[in-house]
Amino acid sequence: MITIDVLIRETAGLGREDLERWISQEWVRPDRRADGYVFRDIDVARVRLILEMRDQMDVGEPALPVVLSLLDQLYDMRRQMRDLAAALAAVAPLEVRRDVAEHLSKRSAPGSRG
Amino acid sequence: MDDPYVTLGVPRDAGPEAIRSAYRKLAKQHHPDLNPGDAKAEETFKTVSAANAILSDPEKRGKFDRGEIDASGQEQAPRPSYREHAEADAGRRYSRSGTAGGWDEEEFGDIFGSVFGEGRQTDSAAPRRGRNEHYSLTTNFLDAVNGATQRLTLPDGRVLDVKIPTGAVDGNVLRLRGQGGQGRNGGAAGDALIEISVAPHRFFHREGQNLRLSLPVTLSEAVLGGPVETPTPGGLVQMRIPPRSDTGTELRLKGRGVPAHDGLAAGDLYVKLNVVLGAPDAALEAFLRDWKPENAVDPRRDMRAPS
Repeated sequence: MITIDVLIRETAGLGREDLERWISQEWVRPDRRADGYVFRDIDVARVRLILEMRDQMDVGEPALPVVLSLLDQLYDMRRQMRDLAAALAAVAPLEVRRDVAEHLSKRSAPGSRG
Repeated sequence: MDDPYVTLGVPRDAGPEAIRSAYRKLAKQHHPDLNPGDAKAEETFKTVSAANAILSDPEKRGKFDRGEIDASGQEQAPRPSYREHAEADAGRRYSRSGTAGGWDEEEFGDIFGSVFGEGRQTDSAAPRRGRNEHYSLTTNFLDAVNGATQRLTLPDGRVLDVKIPTGAVDGNVLRLRGQGGQGRNGGAAGDALIEISVAPHRFFHREGQNLRLSLPVTLSEAVLGGPVETPTPGGLVQMRIPPRSDTGTELRLKGRGVPAHDGLAAGDLYVKLNVVLGAPDAALEAFLRDWKPENAVDPRRDMRAPS
């Protein structure tokens, strides 16, 4: 949990105006406290990712909301897959899990990427 | 360790712009946060970053060209990865689905419905439940404390009477069954999910079941005591101020906080007095000029103590 001043000081290439704009567009959603914003670890990592995409990968700001939205959907899906796997591990008998694993590996074997 | 020129696919005499552009192209393709779960992409990205770290820095590039350093040992320190946070529970912060945890029925049915006994829904003629729709509703502070019914007009023109429960807090989600999207082929309608946000109040502050209030009182009310009118969530009540009160004196009105709800007992209202002198008063000034306090006090004594 760090404040906006600390985040800007510790992140090379990050300008206050940029960050405030990203917050107002809700690309980054820090906690709001009476004395200003507070950033959790995930917010800090997200700020760095946005900065890298913009400055190193040349993804322009107009394209960023599309990229972020797709990324958020991707991570939603991966969390759901993880939840599903955890649910199966918790309730499905071993032989069912084995069958599922076997079925999936059969299915992905032909034409799978190396 | 690979030759950085080979890794980036640039000739030995490539200029800075060619190197930058080659790196950008590869970084976009292999960035681990954009390729979660792909270990190969992560490896490639590390190699590409290491190559770029050498070739984008004229000094390091010179050393490498002269054979003073090799392609290894120049790797950057481990980078904080967005992916690690996004895939963990912390990632729900940026979830698109608007649910705090667990699975929405809609999401569940969308992909995995066919696995768990709802396979018939894939049949286009079969009844299908409508979508859940998410709305937000801002309510005033006292309505959230006391509970109230508030009218919400939906984008499609429908009007819903939303019952805000007693003691509602920011972020509470109300589910109105059957008020979401229409079902298909005779399926039930989805639900409307309404997230409450509570506006702050001019003078009440909430702390769980208790409320706090700073109440202005006159000098004579503080010194001599007496009944004063004080606002509570249930309306004005008479409160007795004990004589010899002061700014900062805190009084408790039992049971006058957030009313009992959901098995929680009613909270209390803490009233902190704030002495206000008001308009200039010649008589008061005359009195103070001649006044010799019985016990002289230094209200700033604590501030002079070494910190």
